Amino acid sequence: MNALLEMKRITKVYPNGVVANQSVDFSVARGEIHALVGENGAGKTTLMKVLFGLERADEGEVFYKGEKVDITSPSVAISHGIGMVHQHFMLVPSLTVAENVVLGLEPRRGISLDVKAAVRRTEELAEEYSLPVDAAARVEDIPVGMRQKVEILKALLRGAELLVLDEPTAVLTPQETVELFAALRNLRERGHTIIFISHKLREVKEISDRVTVMRNGRVVGVVRTAEATEADISRMMVGREVVFRVEKPPATPGRPVMRVEDLRLVTDAGKEVLKGVSFVVRRGEILGVAGVEGNGQTELVEILTGLRPPSGGRVLVDGEDVTGADPGTIRRCGVSHIPEDRMTYGAAAEATIRENLIADRCWSKRFNPRVLMSLKVVAEHGDALVREYDIRARSSATPVKMLSGGNIQKVVVARELSADPKVIVANQPNRGIDVGATEFIHRKLIEKRSSGVGVLLVSADLNEVMSLSDRLLVLYGGEVVALFPDASEVTEEELGLYMLGVKRMTPEEMAGAEAASAGGRADPSDAEARSPAVGGGAR
Amino acid sequence: MKELLETILSPAFGYAILRVTTPILFAGLGAAVTELAGVINIGMEGIMLTAALAGVIVGALCESAAAGLAAAVAAGVLMALVMAYFSLNLKTDIILAGIALNLMASGGTVFLLYVVAHDKGVSSSLASPVLPQVRIPVIDQIPVLGEILSNHNVMVYVALLSVLVVSYFLYRTPYGLRLRAVGENPDAADSVGISVHQVQYVALIISGILGGFGGAHLSMGYVSWFARDMTAGRGFIGIAAQALGGQTPIGTLLASLFFGMTDALSNFMHFIGIPSEFVQMLPYLATVVALALYARRQVTRRARLARVNRPVEAGTGAAAEGD
Repeated sequence: MNALLEMKRITKVYPNGVVANQSVDFSVARGEIHALVGENGAGKTTLMKVLFGLERADEGEVFYKGEKVDITSPSVAISHGIGMVHQHFMLVPSLTVAENVVLGLEPRRGISLDVKAAVRRTEELAEEYSLPVDAAARVEDIPVGMRQKVEILKALLRGAELLVLDEPTAVLTPQETVELFAALRNLRERGHTIIFISHKLREVKEISDRVTVMRNGRVVGVVRTAEATEADISRMMVGREVVFRVEKPPATPGRPVMRVEDLRLVTDAGKEVLKGVSFVVRRGEILGVAGVEGNGQTELVEILTGLRPPSGGRVLVDGEDVTGADPGTIRRCGVSHIPEDRMTYGAAAEATIRENLIADRCWSKRFNPRVLMSLKVVAEHGDALVREYDIRARSSATPVKMLSGGNIQKVVVARELSADPKVIVANQPNRGIDVGATEFIHRKLIEKRSSGVGVLLVSADLNEVMSLSDRLLVLYGGEVVALFPDASEVTEEELGLYMLGVKRMTPEEMAGAEAASAGGRADPSDAEARSPAVGGGAR
Repeated sequence: MKELLETILSPAFGYAILRVTTPILFAGLGAAVTELAGVINIGMEGIMLTAALAGVIVGALCESAAAGLAAAVAAGVLMALVMAYFSLNLKTDIILAGIALNLMASGGTVFLLYVVAHDKGVSSSLASPVLPQVRIPVIDQIPVLGEILSNHNVMVYVALLSVLVVSYFLYRTPYGLRLRAVGENPDAADSVGISVHQVQYVALIISGILGGFGGAHLSMGYVSWFARDMTAGRGFIGIAAQALGGQTPIGTLLASLFFGMTDALSNFMHFIGIPSEFVQMLPYLATVVALALYARRQVTRRARLARVNRPVEAGTGAAAEGD
């Protein structure tokens, strides 16, 4: 095979110790569309950043057209003929399409910018590669699909033979995706080579010639697309690791504590992120939300915790309607939140541990006995939680930024779990933290659930979501596509098929699952909470 | 009231507007260029003040108005380079660097004035030259128009010409395109190999030249001496003018004319019993309003950039994604 690009034994360890790529071998043949797939965190993006000069590999070599190359920056990559279309576009909104395309390589007439030549050049290029764009329109006025074409044209104008597209369909409508695929096939016919990063297997199957699958920073396989089924690829992506089951007593779910009804969200760009999501979290159970990232989980959690209003639907906590309420109100209704990005929403880095631990309760009488805050009580409160949650720090007066990721997460968890919540919304609670801290946080969540708190656990980590959850639902494309009444009876492979959109349950199947889990437990308070009138009166 | 109308409708009033608009226009154009490049030049006030003093001193020493003008421009560029070095190389907050520059100029000019002219207030002991007045051949003969447009000092015409030159530079040259790209989305410019640093340096230097012109007009045209803090906020009003004018040179011209008019009005108002202090307040009041508009625009611009380049709000997940 005539390899255009060969990356050999690429190893990349980030300063925080995360091994993103471990001796990765990756090879792309000239003139093929090569899909690079894997779950989030599998190392795809890092590998491509190394290729494009955005990250330096710690070890390994890159060969392009048979020669060893040293790509130190994007400009070097571009000069070799490697172009990248980032997931986040690099466009200037107020400039026209043509101006964006020629930026940095402007055609001139005397001292002036030759606008006509720029438009002509753009139109020629668009024509040649069947990527129709409106060259004279301002970028801010054109649809998303066309913006992406502008990015591709930018790369082509700079002589890109190898194009890397990072999850190009994530922003597109189905119709735009069809157009993009036609354009990619056309590019292939003209001798261009394309690396297509995705975790949408249907698309990978449709567009690619070969697939490289990554998992946990390693390449786990390279297959010809025609010779593999979606299920095969899904199995390779998810793997057959032994599930680390957490010891937990059987759940004794009670009445619903959080009820989500037909939740919808349309972004400003007009994309439907949530398409009518409904579920119930009961007291004393952990409801897991599995799914590949970017299928609406982030937005769902933001709505439930008051960080973003929904476009439609309702959220009830203990019968009280909190749809679109602010985070403070929702917290006072008994909702705790362990956010996925602890440094943005979870903790204040410059503040001390004890200060972070009172962030949600600093107004309480307990800390403000008279006029001024009692630093003594704040310190006692902090010290107690540091002991209870095993936060490894010199003292509770240590600034949070001095702690490791796991210990920062413990600070957040300590605050959220000690707030006496009725329901805990935990989003990726083990992201980027060590095994010990993960285990500790899992144990604490189970403790809370056993004491009658409802837990909504959102996680893209199958191990986590399967070992912790009592019930499990799968979010795909902003919809609940599967509901399992007993998480322990689900296999990873089966879950993987739902997460990747290969399979989906019918509404009847899911209703059946819901009935099965509620079976024999139809206590009166459940019916009470169902009625918004009663819920409203309870306020 | 009749007197006021007579005043406003007199050619002398139109002449005065152009005269007082000029320094605001220079400051506004300079600020517009830097703003479009993504580095707001808060130091415009200090640049103009320093340039005004440099023009007077060098002009008097060389007994040449041209030398004075050259010195004013050089001083303006030097101040802009100081600003660029602090904000672009040393990464100081550009607002703080600008404030420091303004304070330094305010105190520094008084000190220099004392050293050279042995006076802490005005430079009247220096025999400083003034820039020539220009009689425009044909227009001069037209009754009202001639009185308004002709016989200004040369900087008034340079200012009006600068509107065209800056317009051409920004919207018709490759470098102007790059400058606007840098200001709006530095990542986009960077990704196609444009040096953001270099473009912002050039933008600040251009604003230094324009600020130098503005300073020269103040001390070598508007009047023929330097007085402490003689810019009296015109640098800031210029920044407000470019904000109000939406960063376009023509918009900046119109906004500057508006500010200039309120300024000119205050010189005539006391004839009819309205305290001139009240009218003198107007340019500054308008500045506050304009700056509020400016802040709003910043917010919408950021929102637009996010909307265009990040159609799917990947949320915090993407940021935290370390794969």
